[in-house]
Amino acid sequence: MSGASVQTATALPPGRDTRLAVDRDGWIKRFFVIVIGLYLVGALALPLYAMLSKSFVTYSFDLSRYEVMRSDAEGNWGPARSLAAINDELGRFTPQDLASNVNGRLAPTEFFPDFSFRSPERWRIRGLDAESHYLVGLDLIRSDEWRELDSNTFRRVNLRPLPKTGMDNYSAYFSNPALFGSIGNSVTIAAISTVITLFLAFGFAYAINRTCMRFKSTFRMIAMMPILVPSLLPGIALVYMFGTQGYLTPLLMGHSIYGPIGIVIGSVFFTFPHAFLIISTALSIADQRQYEAAESLRASSWRTFWTVTIPGARYGLISAAFVTFTLVITDFGLPKVIGGQYNVLAVDIYKQVIGQQNFEMGAVVSVILLVPAVLAFVVDRIVTRRQVSLLSARSVPFQPRPDRKADRLWLLWCICVALFITSIIATCQAAALIRFWPYDLTPTLANYDFNRMDGGGWAAYWNSLQMAGWTAVVGTVIVFTGAYMVEKIDGFRSGRTLFQFLAMLPMAIPGMVLGLAYIFFFNDPANPANVIYGTMVILVVSTVTHFYTVGHLTALTALKQIDAEFEPVASSLRQPFWRLFGRVTVPVCLPTILDISIYMFVNAMTTVSAVVFLYSTKTALASVAVLNMDDAGTIAPAAAMGMMIFYTNAAARILHAMASRRIMRRTQAWRVR
Amino acid sequence: MTKYLTGALASLAAVLLASTAIAQTELTVYSAIEADDLEKYAARFNEDHPDITINWVRDSTGIVTAKLLAEKNNPVADVVWGLAATSLLVLKAEGMLEPYEPAGLDRLDPKFRDTDTPPAWVGMDAWAAAICFNTVEAEKHGLTAPTSWKDLADPQYRGHIVMPHPASSGTGFLDVSSWLQLFGEEEGWAYMDALHENIKEYQHSGSKPCRHAGAGESVIGISFEFRASRTKADGAPIDIIVPSEGIGWDMEATAIIAGTANEEAAKTLVDWSVSDKAMELYNEGYALVAVPSISRPVEHLPEDFASMLIDNDFEWAANNRSAILDEWTKRYDGKSEAQ
Repeated sequence: MSGASVQTATALPPGRDTRLAVDRDGWIKRFFVIVIGLYLVGALALPLYAMLSKSFVTYSFDLSRYEVMRSDAEGNWGPARSLAAINDELGRFTPQDLASNVNGRLAPTEFFPDFSFRSPERWRIRGLDAESHYLVGLDLIRSDEWRELDSNTFRRVNLRPLPKTGMDNYSAYFSNPALFGSIGNSVTIAAISTVITLFLAFGFAYAINRTCMRFKSTFRMIAMMPILVPSLLPGIALVYMFGTQGYLTPLLMGHSIYGPIGIVIGSVFFTFPHAFLIISTALSIADQRQYEAAESLRASSWRTFWTVTIPGARYGLISAAFVTFTLVITDFGLPKVIGGQYNVLAVDIYKQVIGQQNFEMGAVVSVILLVPAVLAFVVDRIVTRRQVSLLSARSVPFQPRPDRKADRLWLLWCICVALFITSIIATCQAAALIRFWPYDLTPTLANYDFNRMDGGGWAAYWNSLQMAGWTAVVGTVIVFTGAYMVEKIDGFRSGRTLFQFLAMLPMAIPGMVLGLAYIFFFNDPANPANVIYGTMVILVVSTVTHFYTVGHLTALTALKQIDAEFEPVASSLRQPFWRLFGRVTVPVCLPTILDISIYMFVNAMTTVSAVVFLYSTKTALASVAVLNMDDAGTIAPAAAMGMMIFYTNAAARILHAMASRRIMRRTQAWRVR
Repeated sequence: MTKYLTGALASLAAVLLASTAIAQTELTVYSAIEADDLEKYAARFNEDHPDITINWVRDSTGIVTAKLLAEKNNPVADVVWGLAATSLLVLKAEGMLEPYEPAGLDRLDPKFRDTDTPPAWVGMDAWAAAICFNTVEAEKHGLTAPTSWKDLADPQYRGHIVMPHPASSGTGFLDVSSWLQLFGEEEGWAYMDALHENIKEYQHSGSKPCRHAGAGESVIGISFEFRASRTKADGAPIDIIVPSEGIGWDMEATAIIAGTANEEAAKTLVDWSVSDKAMELYNEGYALVAVPSISRPVEHLPEDFASMLIDNDFEWAANNRSAILDEWTKRYDGKSEAQ
């Protein structure tokens, strides 16, 4: 009894909530998370912000900032009048008429209906401040002094529009059918391509995972081939196959390959491996017991397919659909090569920026292109979050049973798809070796003499190799370290969430948009990082950022497989985390690390969209050279350069496979035990 | 803070660059000269001025222009050597060019220089519109060879003509602005309305239409004479046609970018760029160069080529470019493909 009373008598006041003290390792990990987080902010968030603000920079003529005086033939000057006042009087221009773009011009003679360049009258014009500039002929005048001119010179005066901030670019965009028509076009081809790709890829993945068809590994290899070439290569092949002089043109029955048909066929080609991989993963997991249940309920195989197989692969299908849709709608190379008159958003950006030097409108189209990509991304996230594990401890892995007739049909399906893929690659190879299609079919290696062509020559190829190498090394280090720190850190919840968001963002940003955003951000003289503009560094940074998400997700998956107990054990043994990282984590994850680096390498070799705005002559790239050679109409060398990229990537893949196998044997023995 | 950082990084970069070439002046030269000619141009220049190293930044006209404009507040280029005059006019209107009167300026045809004194830019050589006509495919389709621009509007050519898109190609804009000058605004647009019915595709580069016609993908490609003669030399079965009404043209030109840190070397390069030796160099590829006495005809091109050039009003074209492109886009862009 007395003990109890003692207890109450000495009850302590409630203390602070207990919190785990952050040890040195914790601080170091936080430091890394913040550093890599800052990298993502600098390489992604800030450039996007710069681009967004550029899209709100509008240009219009501000008439109230200019004054004009007019003399008669005897030299008697009238009063100085503001052009705005004259406009109000005449009702010549509405405010909408005065909206313009950076290249706009407005002649002040418009405000004098009786103007004649032969008249002996004289004119004076001035801007009210030094900002109100105008042109006499092509000389830019930035001064608020009066300038006196004769009529013939006054005819050559043009006002320049002044920058403001506002929504005018967006209203200009939506009032121009040639521009906003592209939205419908882009969505249409992306939707059609997605449906076709999904259909083909599902059959292909089904045959590989769920049947006893032969030659599975060969088909798997062929399915991955399109990933090794730039997306515009199928465009070049399609010209040889279905162009006016194509060897398969009659198959099109009079339709032109230049346009939506070409874009769709090419898109199916280059998105196929992406869709196949995702669906294949979804189909590789199945529970035998469900099929046995269906069988014992006497469900037909057709019914089983719709009630067991499809629901099981549902999330994979949805995910594949969004990935394919986003890839097609943001792709720029293919519609540029074979799109003909069919305007799409990605090409519009290029036309605005390169063709018309209208950066503001380019930024507007970029923002619009962001919408479908971000939407697809968000929906995909929501869907995958709902996904629950299909496999439990009691599941029995699905074992396909041989069925001769069905297996033969699946084989036929796979042969058709494989033929489609290999014929495109083979056509490119043939194109690269023919002297002058279709008039001179003698074989030649002249098309590989890149130094005589537009696009940067062999140097471009070596640059690409160097860029891809750096991207693979630097990208893998950044991505894996970032994923490790964010996965194995204790606490720091808000920082982790923010980091995860930044790491997922690149997936939703089209390369074109990223490239344009980089111009705005890194070419700003006020930005200390602008020294990297025009160098290899900016190419590597943009490529690492562009492909960050997939690497990050891959690393996370591997890291989650490592038991979380390692960290506490190491820390109780007073081992710093970096020793654990070097001795356990990295060796265990080595196959994944290799996967990330080959992914970075292959994509760096083929990417066009992000780097097309960023390369300089010294850093010309092979993939951009393909685009530029096609642009100049030298299509055979373009095919040859595309094939160089193909051989390189294929060789890198083979090296990677060999290295992985050796490493697996040496470091992954624990997995089998 | 950022200023110091910029300074530090810049000086670091400068040290790195300087260590590679001591006592050499390095000039960053932006250009749209054909890729295979770059080395030749630099080598000839270095024969006379071995102390100046040229660092080329070469790309197609549109990209170089976009790059220069994007770098407006922070120019990287010292000199532009070999860029379309129409692009230089855009830069001039932005106040980006440093006027300079090179030695021997008076030898130049007055058409080939900026009218201001001192001129903001000086011309090198002219390139002009030309039609590439594939004779093999024409025979297959039973088409007769056109001789004039007006001929191209003939319904027999429906779906057989490709031309560069004026909004993405300088050559395309040159065609459109020359038609407007040749035929007058109203008739010019009426002509393009009719031509549009025959156009198979508007392509994004000035070279591509000729290559396209050369490969038989179309029969007629509206392009420019330099690409046409190269395509023919490569073995394409094409005839090069110079339309009888006259042809639009532009010139390659040279200018100093305002604010360059290497002004003396830049002036040396511009002086050299109008020398006889340079003109002879240009003449290896281009029929018409800025010093009239040096121009000699080039293989595959008609001899009276120079007389076919229209009296091009560059200032008018530059100041109306935006309005013309708006009108063109409204009329012809975004429509479904002409069959």
